[in-house]
Amino acid sequence: MAKVADFRAARPTWCPGCGDFGVLNALTRAVTDLGLEPEDVVVVSGIGCSGKISQYFGGYGFHGIHGRALPIAQGVKLANRELTVIAAGGDGDGYGIGLSHVIHAIRRNVDLTYIVMDNHIYGLTTGQLAPTSDKGMKTKTSPYGSVEEPIRPLELALAQGCGFVAQAFSGEINHMAEVFKKAIQHKGFSLVNVFSPCVTFNKLNTYDYFKERLVNLDEDPDYDRHDRAAALRKVMETGGMVIGVVYETDKPTFEEQLPGFPEEGLAYQDLALDEGDYRELEAQFA
Amino acid sequence: MARELHDPATGAPRTLTGEFNWKVGGQQGEGIDSTGEIVSQTLNRLGYYVYQYRHFMSLIKGGHTNYKVRAADHLIRHHGDELHVLIAFDQKTIDHNLHELVRDGVVVYDDTFKARVPEGRPVRVYGVPLTKIARELGNPIMKNMVAVGVTAALVGLPVEEFRPTIEARFGGKGDQVVELNMEALRRGFEYGAREIGQVATLPRRPQVQRRLFISGNEAVAYGALAAGCRFLAAYPITPATEIMYWFLKNFPKYGGVVVQAEDEIAAVNMAIGANYAGVRAMTSTSGPGISLMQEAVGLAGMSETPLVVVDVMRGGPSTGLPTKTEQSDLNELIFGTHGEIPRIVLTPATVEDCFYLAVEAFNMAERYQCPVYLVSDLSLGMSRQSIDGLDYSRVRIDRGALITQEELDAMERGAYKRYLVTDSGISPRSLPGMRNGRYVALGNEHDEAGTEEIEDTATREIQMKKRMRKLDSLDLSDYVDYYGDEPADRVDLLLVGWGSTIGRIQEAVARLERDGYKIGHLHLRALHPFPRAKVRGYLQAAPRVLVVENNYTGQLAGYLAREVGFHDKIRNCTKYDGDPFLASEIYSRAREVLLHG
Repeated sequence: MAKVADFRAARPTWCPGCGDFGVLNALTRAVTDLGLEPEDVVVVSGIGCSGKISQYFGGYGFHGIHGRALPIAQGVKLANRELTVIAAGGDGDGYGIGLSHVIHAIRRNVDLTYIVMDNHIYGLTTGQLAPTSDKGMKTKTSPYGSVEEPIRPLELALAQGCGFVAQAFSGEINHMAEVFKKAIQHKGFSLVNVFSPCVTFNKLNTYDYFKERLVNLDEDPDYDRHDRAAALRKVMETGGMVIGVVYETDKPTFEEQLPGFPEEGLAYQDLALDEGDYRELEAQFA
Repeated sequence: MARELHDPATGAPRTLTGEFNWKVGGQQGEGIDSTGEIVSQTLNRLGYYVYQYRHFMSLIKGGHTNYKVRAADHLIRHHGDELHVLIAFDQKTIDHNLHELVRDGVVVYDDTFKARVPEGRPVRVYGVPLTKIARELGNPIMKNMVAVGVTAALVGLPVEEFRPTIEARFGGKGDQVVELNMEALRRGFEYGAREIGQVATLPRRPQVQRRLFISGNEAVAYGALAAGCRFLAAYPITPATEIMYWFLKNFPKYGGVVVQAEDEIAAVNMAIGANYAGVRAMTSTSGPGISLMQEAVGLAGMSETPLVVVDVMRGGPSTGLPTKTEQSDLNELIFGTHGEIPRIVLTPATVEDCFYLAVEAFNMAERYQCPVYLVSDLSLGMSRQSIDGLDYSRVRIDRGALITQEELDAMERGAYKRYLVTDSGISPRSLPGMRNGRYVALGNEHDEAGTEEIEDTATREIQMKKRMRKLDSLDLSDYVDYYGDEPADRVDLLLVGWGSTIGRIQEAVARLERDGYKIGHLHLRALHPFPRAKVRGYLQAAPRVLVVENNYTGQLAGYLAREVGFHDKIRNCTKYDGDPFLASEIYSRAREVLLHG
């Protein structure tokens, strides 16, 4: 069985203290705990600091273009449903350029896990406004304070009926690893938003900022994670300052509902047609 | 077969022998397409070579739409310049199509309206109570079937010949519906035979054999399935959507998936992801979709992921002419995306080509691990035509340099290098799930192992050369066809075309040759990497070159001048009004060049 070390690849070049280290560690731990083999896990990422995670994770990977991790990940999973597919990226990638893909991936419900490393800022391009930046936040592109409302990823996902919605925090790696495990085990599309502080460019949403505010739903015995209305209420009441599994429900996946979709990976199908197939197909062209 | 196509005295077109041209027109939503399909499918079943062409607008109801059927005793590659019988459900049909009618051609109109035909036109016009007869049968919508019956009378074709088509079409709705439609045909036939009589003849029926009646879009989809494609992600767009329909219908049996993506960007990225994971995958779209996909095509080039993108071109730019044909994406296909990538551009000219080149596209995509564009246009993609058949023994699946598990197991752990520098530039590919084959496909520049944080200029150069070198070994000269009785150095003029214009060019050439000119015709079925040496040879030899293409700026002519030179002898024959070329238009332009240089 694979060990944590088997899932390590290139040495990360993230800034010391970057929240993304925590995400990488938690993810590595989660797949190890789940008994997965490195060759069976694919991490697909987009652009930015967070996008580099596919390089640092020791499975297969695809480091694509800005905002398009989810379409690539869905293509990978549909091509070979035997793989464990994880899409990962930042808030710019997921909630900026790629937001429509998130909503449609939820609609489609292909069985994969999407981890968004949400630092409320654009890091690699050195500190511009992000879609999740708080209103009033001053950045290089909002020198007078942002006048735009931030995207609220949990509310969006809940409103769209996402089958698994969770949030984690880079200051709580053990908890995050548990959340990742549940997300990967969930059958269907899972969204995990991770507060992953940018220690270089975001002086507002720091580790301490989150520590002071976050409520752990997994530790609340009265919280019913199967009640979507209650989940939405909780998220709105707390201003999204929660961690844990926010909502979970079972529903059929995209691939399960497709007529004729094979149990084994499409990538393993026999491709050649025979004489009988040609005759049958030709009959359409009379 | 001797055919007098032009009156030698006046140059005016004359009735063609050996073929029959028919058109039905009306408002969109009136069932024009189904009327045309019934006629074209029946003629195909009877053994004629049929070519069908739809003229339609980007709206659901109203406007003008028409459907032309050309039937011949020989293989034809376009819908023809002329018309023998026009069935009009409204005045617009007459206004828009009358000019195509031959001398003594026939207009049949529904007498619910009063047809206006300009004075002095040598045509025969008949008002027929199409709707009235249909109403008597209890359903005015069946005026179409009455019109088909009238058509049958005009050419002396017994209505029972239509039965197999009617059964195939309406059999699912029960025998009663079939009989009702047959009755409408009979009533139309009886009226036509009594009041008009036979006014045209069908060509001599060729010895009947099993023929396929198939469109370019269907042939592309069929070819892709035969090539082992099992994944299509696409966004609906005219004129490419039929490809998606065909897969939706046929994939369940062969275990494939169609994803209607949220947009073209998602579609192409899904296809890239699926190809990376080892399934043969493609996307299909038209010009506007191609523009949206350009960034991802660059990703496929950089990450060396196989990818097939079908572009069924339509009128641009922007939303342009969404339901009209054009060949104006060429520059974008050859030069599009930022940076520089290896890519292949295949340009099928016929329906058969659409099938065979679809197979080739997948083989090339995997062999060269790069994007392959398969390019047709609305006129080729959406027109059904009769063909003699397809040769399935030509279907070969070549998955290129896929590394095996045994080879990976024999390597030291972690020694596999996805972007290994090789002489050919092609590096063996592992697939996710394979032990010891781990790698990350990358849009960033990288080294052999796929490590991306590269600052080193030497590595950049090595990888850039490796990628671009892949296509050095790809010689597409087999996709350059020369037609002509004379070698290129003995012709008066060399016509050059690509894609769907082939049939029109061939007919224009036949007319020019009857005028006594020696003409060569070079047709390009692949444009990138450009088969330079072969094309240069023909252009060098020819005294003058006329490049025929459906666009304004002469994109192929410009590309030829760039790739092989001879700009001083290249002339343009362009058309960009949304309609495909007529043979007569190419003929006229060629005459001009022959006479005036």
